[in-house]
Amino acid sequence: MKKTYKIEVDCAACAAKMEAAANKTAGVKEATVAFMPQKMKVEFEEGADESAVMAEVLKNCKKVESDCEIFL
Amino acid sequence: MTKKQKKVLIRIITAAILVVVLCLISVENRYIRLALFLVPYLIIGYDILRKAVLGIVNGQVFDENFLMALATVGAIILGEYVEGTAVMLFYQIGELFQSYAVGKSRRNISALMDIRPDYANIEQDGQLIQVDPDDVEIGTVIVVQPGEKLPIDGVVTCGSSTLNTSALTGESLPREVHEGDEVISGCVNLTGLLHIRTTKEFGESTVSRILELVENSSMKKSKSENFITRFAKYYTPAVCIGALALALLPPIINLLLGNPANWQQWVIRALTTLVISCPCALVISIPLSFFGGIGGASSKGVLVKGSNYLEALSETKYVVCDKTGTLTKGVFEVTHIEAAEGVTKEALLEMAAYAESYSNHPISKSLKEAYGKTIDTARVSDVEEISGHGVSAVIGGQKVSAGNTRFMKMLGIPYEVPQNIGTEVHVAVDGRYAGYILISDIVKPGAGAAIAGLKAAGVSQVVMLTGDTKNVAEAVAAELGVDVVKSGLLPADKVAEVERLLALKGEKERLAFVGDGINDAPVLSRADIGIAMGALGSDAAIEAADIVLMDDDPAKIATAMNISRKTIRIVHQNIIFALVVKFACLGLGAVGFVNMWWAIFADVGVMIIAVLNATRTLKCT
Repeated sequence: MKKTYKIEVDCAACAAKMEAAANKTAGVKEATVAFMPQKMKVEFEEGADESAVMAEVLKNCKKVESDCEIFL
Repeated sequence: MTKKQKKVLIRIITAAILVVVLCLISVENRYIRLALFLVPYLIIGYDILRKAVLGIVNGQVFDENFLMALATVGAIILGEYVEGTAVMLFYQIGELFQSYAVGKSRRNISALMDIRPDYANIEQDGQLIQVDPDDVEIGTVIVVQPGEKLPIDGVVTCGSSTLNTSALTGESLPREVHEGDEVISGCVNLTGLLHIRTTKEFGESTVSRILELVENSSMKKSKSENFITRFAKYYTPAVCIGALALALLPPIINLLLGNPANWQQWVIRALTTLVISCPCALVISIPLSFFGGIGGASSKGVLVKGSNYLEALSETKYVVCDKTGTLTKGVFEVTHIEAAEGVTKEALLEMAAYAESYSNHPISKSLKEAYGKTIDTARVSDVEEISGHGVSAVIGGQKVSAGNTRFMKMLGIPYEVPQNIGTEVHVAVDGRYAGYILISDIVKPGAGAAIAGLKAAGVSQVVMLTGDTKNVAEAVAAELGVDVVKSGLLPADKVAEVERLLALKGEKERLAFVGDGINDAPVLSRADIGIAMGALGSDAAIEAADIVLMDDDPAKIATAMNISRKTIRIVHQNIIFALVVKFACLGLGAVGFVNMWWAIFADVGVMIIAVLNATRTLKCT
């Protein structure tokens, strides 16, 4: 299960931090953040509850980059 | 400018004015001076300080916010109020510039890819109404007026017009369409009103697929991008530790040696190195370069599915091409007619076309096409097809035999051996030789120039693979300047041949395979880079390839290579430029030759130059 989300992040380094944070979140198999198009692509673990996982992803991303936003 | 950017701009201007004013008036008291300078400092830097603190709280210690906060707070504690505020000010100017440049190139690319249709017209009770293309079901008839974009793939049911496909293919020549023709979304209707019965949903239509592909291409990151991300991870902590060592070690050594410690001097040097070392220039300019390169390529009708493929393309040394459909048009045409004495060329062609009129073979089709007139089938009787040899038929009372050399030998008729290359059709009338017709696949007009372009772009070997016979293949290869040709291959042999070449090539060299996307999906995926051409409207080809050429012009391969090489060149320029300036300044800063103002240039100046350089990738030629 893969989904793409629109994000808002100001710098390329911050995007890399968000990617690392998202990848550490439980339920995420693989997350990729592309800075230029401002998108995050998330592949979920089998049977993961998307909305719960994404809420957690957002929380973890906010920790590393307080200004970022994910439009869920 | 966005709201966020405007806010930062106002902060920058306010803080800059305050700093200038504070520099002009002289305040004697140290504490009043500090209090006054803290006003512009906090105006410009409060968010950086906040992020630095939050970073520490959340365990993200070493980032650029931390670098800047540490350097500026340190400078202010040491009484360098102007420098401390200026570092923050210029850092913010740099960030604003970066965010503006990024936003601008993002908009430029969406303008280049301005193919997304906003609505579809549906006729209801004699009135045209605009609906969301997402809501149009398959089989609905939509109306496209002149000047409008085709929103969904379909078939023309009524009307004829010319279409501008340049947004999709980069090809400026308009295409004519008539009733019954398949049309693809993203084209612009130029002249006539078209009624189109949709054959796909909006989400599955060409235009949606292309947009999705381009937007997702940044997800596949290049080696350079991954390198910089990894580099930044170790670089910033290393720099912080280095700066700490620079602030502590020399004074301690001085003390041990009984010299004055010079704490202030060494701490300032350490802070200067912190400012210099900010990795922003590197981190931003690389994805920006790739994004620009991919966007520039899309506007030329070359869709690159990832930054990694754009990077690999620049290292391509071997290009393996399929012949039919890639270098040649893939349609057979009569190229030469040689009539025997007493027979006109027209009569020869007419007899051949009549004799082959019942066959559906590509060769008979091309004969009929060359003949051009309608065939009166009533004149043809007693058609007899001898498989692998030819056809004989009675046409207007004469017995006509048309076929290959084997057929002539079988009939015992002496025939002429053609000088030129091609598939031969010999014709005999009532047992007497009447001449031959040569049919060959036509080389695409730009194919020769395309191969020359590849060589100029740094390809060392161009290989042509074909299932065709040796003499035909070698003639085409010689005409085009192909280095190596392998003929008589079955599809499986092509995979084997590509694998053999893959094993031969050097580690840093890449092999690209170019095909028309039909029947060559296994080879496309086996090669380092699979390039499918003429993919407009062919979903399978778009799926299988890494790089998709929207039209079937082989010259686009060289265009794509040039774009990729330019992009990589710019990426390398930026990496080297930024690292050289930074390390030079770091070295000089450590021994005290670089003051805070130079450090600001090494950070913000380098970043602005790198970003400006990166935006050049958009303007690829």
